[in-house]
Amino acid sequence: MAEAAQMQISDEVAIQISGMNKWYGQFHVLRDINMTVQRGERIVICGPSGSGKSTLIRCINRLEEHQQGQIIVDGTELTNDLKNIDKVRSEVGMVFQHFNLFPHLTILENLTLAPIWVRKVPKREAEETAMYFLEKVKIPEQANKYPGQLSGGQQQRVAIARSLCMKPRIMLFDEPTSALDPEMIKEVLDTMIQLAQEGMTMICVTHEMGFAQAVANRVIFMDQGQIVEQNEPKEFFNNPKSDRTKLFLSQILGH
Amino acid sequence: MAQGFNRTEMLPPLPPPVTERGAIKWLRENLFSTPFNVVLTLFGVAVIYLLLQSALPWWLNSVWNAESLSQCREIVAATAGPDATGACWAMIRERWHQFLFGFYPPAEYWRPILAFGLLFAALAPVLYSGQKRSLTILLGGVLAFLLLTLYLSAAPSSVFVVAVLLVLGMLALVQMQPGKLIWFTLLYPALTFWLLWGGSVWSPIVAMAGFAILYGVFRLASPLIGLAPAAGAGVVAAVLWWLYIDVPTVNLLQSALPFSIPAIASDQFGGFLLAIVIGVTGISFSLPIGILLALGRQSDMPIVKWLSVGFIEFIRGVPLITLLFTASLLLQYFLPPGTNFDIILRVIILVTFFAAAYLAEVIRGGLAALPRGQYEAADALGLDYWRAQRLIILPQALKVSIPAIVSTFIGLFKDTTLVAFVGLMDPLKGVTQIVRADIDWKGIYWEPYIFVGAIFFLICFGMSRYSMYLERKLKTDHR
Repeated sequence: MAEAAQMQISDEVAIQISGMNKWYGQFHVLRDINMTVQRGERIVICGPSGSGKSTLIRCINRLEEHQQGQIIVDGTELTNDLKNIDKVRSEVGMVFQHFNLFPHLTILENLTLAPIWVRKVPKREAEETAMYFLEKVKIPEQANKYPGQLSGGQQQRVAIARSLCMKPRIMLFDEPTSALDPEMIKEVLDTMIQLAQEGMTMICVTHEMGFAQAVANRVIFMDQGQIVEQNEPKEFFNNPKSDRTKLFLSQILGH
Repeated sequence: MAQGFNRTEMLPPLPPPVTERGAIKWLRENLFSTPFNVVLTLFGVAVIYLLLQSALPWWLNSVWNAESLSQCREIVAATAGPDATGACWAMIRERWHQFLFGFYPPAEYWRPILAFGLLFAALAPVLYSGQKRSLTILLGGVLAFLLLTLYLSAAPSSVFVVAVLLVLGMLALVQMQPGKLIWFTLLYPALTFWLLWGGSVWSPIVAMAGFAILYGVFRLASPLIGLAPAAGAGVVAAVLWWLYIDVPTVNLLQSALPFSIPAIASDQFGGFLLAIVIGVTGISFSLPIGILLALGRQSDMPIVKWLSVGFIEFIRGVPLITLLFTASLLLQYFLPPGTNFDIILRVIILVTFFAAAYLAEVIRGGLAALPRGQYEAADALGLDYWRAQRLIILPQALKVSIPAIVSTFIGLFKDTTLVAFVGLMDPLKGVTQIVRADIDWKGIYWEPYIFVGAIFFLICFGMSRYSMYLERKLKTDHR
């Protein structure tokens, strides 16, 4: 936890969400969300299933559309303007629960595709960057295999490396360890911790409370589409304020 | 006696018992494993025997050298007895060129032959993209084919030299830059059009210039007005070019630099020449149109979506023959008077639309089989719609659809025989009817159909094998 204190948080605002509402048809899935994320913050969002936490982070790179309020990412407001959306998406990396690697491409091609086609990086340079990040997630030897030949943990680390190849300023993690076998969770979390120590702005939907305690500087608890409680991890886990949070924590930490 | 035992000599390995070896084992396991299977085996053998007993003499008594069907029968009767039957392949020997070329003038046979050989050179970069070895083998085959057939068809020596140099040039190109061969593929349609129908060399060149204009306008306009309007402007410019500038330009160029080969009218096309022209053009244009229709059907834009759905459902809801009649009769009423819109071209357009509608649904199935995560991952990386489709979605969707796509292609190719209904000379009905109308071959029945069927089988089986090869090559999921 000493490391967490050392990590720098700047005053610069990375993400600003104000008065945001979202409906699926008649269903009010996100209600009056207000949050500000400083550059360098590591935020963990938790909550029971169906609480809207995944939907919230998917709104940040416009995989989901919000109907009311404002989302500003790195100074760009998300509207229907496709140019803004593409700009935000190329600045924001995302890691999914089910990895979503491209099965028809090799690991190396998975990593170089977006830099080459979106950032217009020359192929050789993109491959060098890709190898750099593959070494960082400790699987350079898999570069020429296909995703189907890798274990779940390896695939998720490739997915993280794929996002990093776009040199994002913000990383979103949508339950990155939920689909993994227990013995593979650690290797993915280690990669994420390393990323946090390097000062990446991260928003992470996860149930890994150990990760939250070790890395997060703020934990947000959501229920029924709204932010119920947020606090620094020590305070959040030791001294939760609302009854919903207490109930959730007792269920998740109870055994 | 002591109970102890001490082996003094080791046993040598023995062969397994006779019932567990070779052919006997195979027979026992596959044909006679249970009483029911014994009965089935005996029944099957009996059926095969009866089939062979009735058909084999007919094949064995085949006659290759005769002037007419009655002469065939005399020869069979003389060699195998008065009641024997025999195939009369002499008809094929005399008329094979009609099955292949219809009434195409024999002096010009080298033109479809050259076009057919170059077809494989044009397909090569599509079938075996970037694989130097396969490309070299295929082009070598094309060279050998052209050397032989151009010699046999008595092509002019200048053609011979040009064709050989062209293929040798492509072989050299493949060794250095295999990717560049695709340029020949793009030029091939114009080249073939000119080879088959003949006329001034300038008409295909000026017509291709229309595409260059389309692309030029698109490139210049897209930074100014966006992709879709620029594409529209390009199409308008190209259509204007074809309608008003094309013909005068061709005439001008032809009078300045005359170079032409004899023009061949569409009603002289027939047989497999016709089937392959319609089939290959239909196949190569229906796939891109089908992809666009499938994407259009999934579009968020209501008008694009409704147009695609309407097109697909209308075309699929109408028999192909109805569309062919439309092509041959109705279109002439609707087009402005005096337009001479070639019948083969009209048939090709409608066959292409027909196959495209089916392909659109096949590809939609492939698109639906992809997990949503693939779209989301492509979006999250910042790929725009067309790049995401081209690089992520379509390669996977088309891969799972390969068997169904190739089935549609095979169906399309076999459906080309339906053009007989609008008076074109397809190999199955058109040419066979002509042959059987000849007094010499009146009454011949099995032979032409077997011959045509065998060629269709070879082509369709080839497509099927290629699709299996492609599936194996593209298999990367390691499930």
